[in-house]
Amino acid sequence: MRYIEPHGHMVSRVTDDYQDMAMAGCACICEPAFWAGFDRRSPEGFYDYFCQLTEHEPKRAAKFGVPHYCWLCINPKESEDVRLAKDVVALIPQFINRPNVLGIGEIGLNKNSRNELQVLEMHVDLAARLDQLILVHTPHLEDKLKGTRLILDVLKNDSRIKPERCIIDHVEEHTIELVLNSGFWAGMTLYPESKCTPARAIDMLENFGTERIWMNSACDWGVSVPLAVPRTGLEMRRRGWLAETIDKVVFQNPARFMGQCPKFKIP
Amino acid sequence: MTRTQVLDLYFMEARSKLIDLAAFLDRVDRAEGEADFRLRAFRDAVSHLSESRPSRARSVLLSLSDPSTEPIPRAPGKGAVGAWPGPEAK
Repeated sequence: MRYIEPHGHMVSRVTDDYQDMAMAGCACICEPAFWAGFDRRSPEGFYDYFCQLTEHEPKRAAKFGVPHYCWLCINPKESEDVRLAKDVVALIPQFINRPNVLGIGEIGLNKNSRNELQVLEMHVDLAARLDQLILVHTPHLEDKLKGTRLILDVLKNDSRIKPERCIIDHVEEHTIELVLNSGFWAGMTLYPESKCTPARAIDMLENFGTERIWMNSACDWGVSVPLAVPRTGLEMRRRGWLAETIDKVVFQNPARFMGQCPKFKIP
Repeated sequence: MTRTQVLDLYFMEARSKLIDLAAFLDRVDRAEGEADFRLRAFRDAVSHLSESRPSRARSVLLSLSDPSTEPIPRAPGKGAVGAWPGPEAK
């Protein structure tokens, strides 16, 4: 089964994960900028991280025959410090034209604070000025509904933003309609405990259709499964989905969204 | 899929999760001290399972969500706990 992993934090994974993903049919991996699990204390820390995402990690992935793309930002979990965020956002333009950078992400909200909202608006403005795709993280658990509403308001209130060039990730049953009905793409994250399971993700596909939607593992340093997307493909087969429809969800849809960036080559 | 096919695929898994939920509530009852807002939220969420409309997952998620609409003044930390403590906790 060919598939695209549109959201994987590979800097946190080991080489066995690359090997397993390649063997499972992974055609390419896209890595949004993320929180490291601890706060970086300076813009220089982010400079190094952006170098890792645009120089080192593509080489590591290439050893397993997997093209690697990335997205750049300061993650919402580090957005409470607006001064630091301003300095980090100012670094992004010097990296944005690197060959594996697809856009700005994963931006968004975490605890739905005023400072996080201000930093989100800074990123959205940057994406609009540089004509970049946007990948949005929605908050966890009890904060997701409110955060999704606030994020959609920011995006819809900026007339420069085209919904079809934004993906709102980590949707669940209570937020997916808000996202799709507003014309945005929706991402479903397959986690063992939080976000959604393969069975629930397929339920959402059956309820809301397969247009403007992708699935990802969001594998990182926490509890997560790098092979969650192909495993969900197998679950779709068990539920009687046709091979071409599975291919649409796990390969063609992410390729279509990211193909809006001219640097993305369909694998 | 037919209902029988769905049951064939998922009944054992759902049965296992159901017993886990029951055992979790028993475990909380056996433990000492006062429970916090999470138990109340959990029990409220469980009540949505008996709804007749096929949107129970959405109802459960909504019942555990912060329904407010204004951004908070400052993030108290980074984590989420899975249930909304209510306006009095703000």
